[in-house]
Amino acid sequence: MKIAKVYVTLRESVVDPEGTAAKEALHKMGYNEVQNARFGRLIELELDGSAEDVEARVDAMCKDLLINRVIEDYRFDIEEA
Amino acid sequence: MKVAILNFPGTSCETEVERLFQTIVKAEPTIIWHADATSLEAYDAVVIPNGAVYGNYLRPGALAKSSPATKALQTFAQAGKPVVGLGNGFQVLVEIGLLPGAFLQNPSLTFQSGKAALRVNRKTKFTSQYREEVITLPYAQQFATYYNDTPIAKEQIVMTFENNMFNSTQSIAALTNEGGNVCGIIALPERATEAVIGGTDGLPFFESILNNWSEQ
Repeated sequence: MKIAKVYVTLRESVVDPEGTAAKEALHKMGYNEVQNARFGRLIELELDGSAEDVEARVDAMCKDLLINRVIEDYRFDIEEA
Repeated sequence: MKVAILNFPGTSCETEVERLFQTIVKAEPTIIWHADATSLEAYDAVVIPNGAVYGNYLRPGALAKSSPATKALQTFAQAGKPVVGLGNGFQVLVEIGLLPGAFLQNPSLTFQSGKAALRVNRKTKFTSQYREEVITLPYAQQFATYYNDTPIAKEQIVMTFENNMFNSTQSIAALTNEGGNVCGIIALPERATEAVIGGTDGLPFFESILNNWSEQ
């Protein structure tokens, strides 16, 4: 078994109101060193290991469904489970 | 005109769309379950109603890509026939690639509903029956912010928010594809088709569709 961990972030050009709200809250709590906060998501895919071209398959899954590249960037790691 | 009203899991506003086509603009609407929509050839127009499709999981509208209706919709749209996405239906059209761009959560991070002033581009096939330049339509959305990093051509912009309340790219509230036959609108014209429910500014939108396509 393999686990693909797909990290999804909003592209730099996209305003992230959640990140802005979190940054402001951190400042109010005294964490003034925070320059910027960006939210994203982690998608974990458990793979049965049958596919040989795992990386290409995961990349295709990202492009076909998991990511909207107009607003999101992504990268992924594949780990042995 | 035979109108297919396409239901996905989570679609919730199909009944008002059916009613308006049946009793107000006088067409022949049929509500169809997405899994049965492997072909839409028998219809003259397709409407994707409002409602949080697939629970807005992943991204609003995104999981509709896995439906057999998506391929049928793409074929239907390529033939130049009219496809309309109302509210969340607009998000579906963006996610399945029939319209450009993407949707983001409202800047307020909350669901917002009310009425918005919209400026109408009366030169599109979805707005030709409008007589006024500024209209009022209801909205009810948590993901109303339209985003695109490449500018949309003026002729494709159908309606814009007067105050750009959701900080959308080019203030977009409704747009078409390059062919001008696929239209998404984030406001809800189907909720403004009878005076008794508080307005009729949505009616010319549907009348335009009938007027521009029913003779074909």
